[in-house]
Amino acid sequence: MKKIIALMMALVMVFALAACGAPAADEGGKTDEGTAPAAVSAENIKIGVILIGDENEGYSYAHMEGIEAACKALGIDKESQLIYKFSVLEDESCYDAAVDLAENGCNIIFANSFGHEPHLMQAAEEYPDIYFCHATGYQAATSELTNFCNYFTDIYESRYVSGVVAGLKLKELMDKGTVTDPYIGYVGAYPYAEVVSGYTAFFLGIRSIVPEAHMDVTYTNEWFNIAAEGEAANMLMSRGCVIIGQHADSTGAPAAVQAALDGGKVAYSVGYNVDMLSVAPDAALTSAQNNWVVTYEALIKVALEGGKLDTDYSFGYADDAVQISALGASCAEGTQKAVDDAIAAIKDGSLHVFDTSKWTVNGETVTTTVSDDLAETYHGVEYITDGYFHESESASAPAFAFRIDGITELKKS
Amino acid sequence: MSDAPMGTKEPFIRISKRTSIGKCRAWSIRIIALLLSLIVSGLIIYAIVRMSPVKVYVSMFEGAFGTTRRAWITVRDTMMLLCIGVGLAPAFRMRFWNIGAEGQILAGGIAAAACMIYFGAVLSGPALILVMVITSIAAGAVWGLIPAVFKARWGTNETLFTLMMNYVAIQLTGYCVSLWENPFGSNSVGIINQQTKAGWLPSMFGQSYGLNVVIVLALAIGMYIYMKYSKHGYEIAVVGSSENTARYAGINVRRVYLRTMAISGAVCGIAGFLAVSGASHTISTSTAGGRGFTAIIVAWLAKFNTIVMIMISLLLVFLEKGAVEIASRYNLNAYASSIITGIILFFILGSEFFINYRIRFRSGKKEKEVAAE
Repeated sequence: MKKIIALMMALVMVFALAACGAPAADEGGKTDEGTAPAAVSAENIKIGVILIGDENEGYSYAHMEGIEAACKALGIDKESQLIYKFSVLEDESCYDAAVDLAENGCNIIFANSFGHEPHLMQAAEEYPDIYFCHATGYQAATSELTNFCNYFTDIYESRYVSGVVAGLKLKELMDKGTVTDPYIGYVGAYPYAEVVSGYTAFFLGIRSIVPEAHMDVTYTNEWFNIAAEGEAANMLMSRGCVIIGQHADSTGAPAAVQAALDGGKVAYSVGYNVDMLSVAPDAALTSAQNNWVVTYEALIKVALEGGKLDTDYSFGYADDAVQISALGASCAEGTQKAVDDAIAAIKDGSLHVFDTSKWTVNGETVTTTVSDDLAETYHGVEYITDGYFHESESASAPAFAFRIDGITELKKS
Repeated sequence: MSDAPMGTKEPFIRISKRTSIGKCRAWSIRIIALLLSLIVSGLIIYAIVRMSPVKVYVSMFEGAFGTTRRAWITVRDTMMLLCIGVGLAPAFRMRFWNIGAEGQILAGGIAAAACMIYFGAVLSGPALILVMVITSIAAGAVWGLIPAVFKARWGTNETLFTLMMNYVAIQLTGYCVSLWENPFGSNSVGIINQQTKAGWLPSMFGQSYGLNVVIVLALAIGMYIYMKYSKHGYEIAVVGSSENTARYAGINVRRVYLRTMAISGAVCGIAGFLAVSGASHTISTSTAGGRGFTAIIVAWLAKFNTIVMIMISLLLVFLEKGAVEIASRYNLNAYASSIITGIILFFILGSEFFINYRIRFRSGKKEKEVAAE
C-alpha cells in the first residue's frame, strides 16, 4: 500500500511540475514596454476589481455599486466583463489576485484598500499594458509607473456637510436645554491623514453652526469591526458625547447609538458610506457618502480610449462624486436648506472646508505646510495658499494631518 | 453476538473499538468519505445557486490549477502549510501539544523582516539571506523552547502555554508593525525593499517560489527520516507513548522535550522566514494567518507522517483556492466557500471515527460497515 501511495505521490508531483513547467501562455497580449495600453471597445473590455470586503461591508459595497453603475452607463456587461475578487487581504494575496486578473485578460484593474497599494504596484510593473488603479493610495505621483494611478473622492466636502447636519441637531438640543455641553465623539479607524482629514472636516462643519463645540476621537485600529466600533461609541457616549461621527466601515457605532437612544440617552449618529437608517432609524442623522460612479466612469473611459493615465483622480461636489445620504427623521428643522446652501457654497468656491481662518493649532493660525517640523508629513509641498488648505488637489489621497484645537485624540494606535 | 441471553434485547447499534484495521481498508474509508463530502456539498451548491455541481468542481479545479501562475500559488501555499505541519510533527509524536505554531511562525517572520529592514543595505544578497535564515530559526526555536523549559522544569501544561505564547507573539508583531510602519499611521509595513529586493528569496527554475518548494520538501523528507530512523526519533516515540517507560529505559525525558521543541519551533521559524522572504515580503499580524492552526489538522490527518502531509496540505489549499474561485465566478461570497470547506473537513475528520470504531446493527448477523453518515 505504501508503495502505491508513494507512486501516486510521485505521479502527482510529476503532473504538478509538468503543469508548472508549461510555458506561460501569452494571454495578456503583451505589447512593447513603455507604450501606453491600447484602446479597447466597450464590448471587449474586461474589468478586474479587488475588494477588501464584499457586499456585506459598506465601503466595498459602495465601490461595487459605483462600478456596476459605471459599467451600465458605458454599455459594459457586468456578468461577463466584470470580475470581482472579494475579501482580499492587504498582503501578497492582493498581488496574487491582481496578477490573476491580468492573466484573465482584464484591461483595467481596481483595488480599493489602502494596504493593497504596494502589492498592486508590483503587479503594475509586470504588466505595463494594463491599467492599475488604486483607491486611497498616495504613491502614483512619486512612482515612475505610467499605467498606475490613485483615485479617491473629495469626501471631506460631504463630511463637512454631514457636520453641518450634526451641528444643527446639536444647536436644537442646546436651544431646548436638553444638552449643555456640545461634546462630540468620533470613531476613527487608524490615526493617519485619511481619517484626520475626515474628522477635521466633519468637526469644522459642526463648528460652523456651534462654534464652542469640542470633539474626542478614538481609534479602533481596524477598518471593519462591528463590535469594536459599537464599544467605542458606547465609551464616547458614557463620556458625555451627544453626537457620534465615524470613519470606520461598519454599522456598529450607529446601532450602539440607537440602542442608547432607546435606553433614554440623548445621542445621535452620523455614519459613513452606508445609509444608516436601517440600523438606527431614530438615531441616524445622515451619512457622508462617495458617489463612486463618477470616478469609475472616468477611469474606465481612459481604459476604453487607451493612452495616458493621470497619476491622480479626485472628484467632489462639483462633479457630484460625493453626497450625503437621505436625512433622518430626527434632523433639526431647516436642515435641508442649510445643507443645500453649504453644498452650493462649496460648488461655487465661496466656501473652503479647510479655511485657515476657521481653525488653529496650539492657538495659532497655520499659514504654511513647508517647514522642518512638517517635512515628514507634507514632504515640503505647500498645501496652504489663498487662505485655505488645498485638500486632494495635487494628490487624490487626503493629506490634511493637522491636529487642530478643539479635537482631542483619546489614544494613538 | 448471536448467543445473547433471551429476553434482553440487543441495542440497535453497537459501537466497538477496532483492534486493528488494514491500511487498504482505512484508505478506502477515507476516500469514500471524501466522495460523500463532495456529493453533499454538491447538493448544497445546487440548493443555493441551482448550478451543476460538476461545473462548480471544475471551476474549483481551475481556481487552483487553471493557469501556471495559479498552480504555483497553490504550490507555494501548500509548501507553507506543509512546512508548519512538518514542524509540528515531532512535537505531536512526543504528545507535546504544540498549539503555538502561529507564534513560532511570527517570531521567525519578525526576525526575517528585521534583518531585511536593518541589514538590507549593508549585507550582500546571499549573506543577508543566510543571516535571515539563521535568525529566523533561532527566533522560532526560542519561542518553542520557552514552553518546553517550563514543562520540563515545572510540569506546566504545554497546550495552554504554547497557545498563550501565540498572543504574545501577535502583540509583539503589532508592536514591530507600528515601529516599522510605512507611511506613518498606516498600520502596515508595506513591501520591504521593494526596489532593491534585498532579502527576497531568489527565483529558481525561473519561478519565484521554486526555492520554497525545494526547502520545504527537503525539510519534509529530512523530518521523515529523522523521526523514523534516527535515535532521536525513537526517543521521541517512546516519550510520546509513555513517559515512565522512557525514563525506565534511561531516556533523559527533559532533554528530549527541550530538543524536540527547539526543532519544532525552528521549523516553524523557517516557515515564518518563507512567509516573509519567499512570499509576502512584508510582516503583519496576519502573516501566520491561522495557518499555525490549520497545520494541526494537517499533522493529525497525516498521523504525523510528513510524507502523507504533502497530500493533505495540497488538499486543504486546493479547497481554499477553489472556494475563492467559485466565490469570484458565481458571485457567492466567501462564506459560501467556507461552508464547502467545512463540509469536506467534517467528512474527512468524521471518517477517522469509522476507522477507529466498528459499528454493528442488531438485525444482521453479518457485520455491516458504514463508511460515513
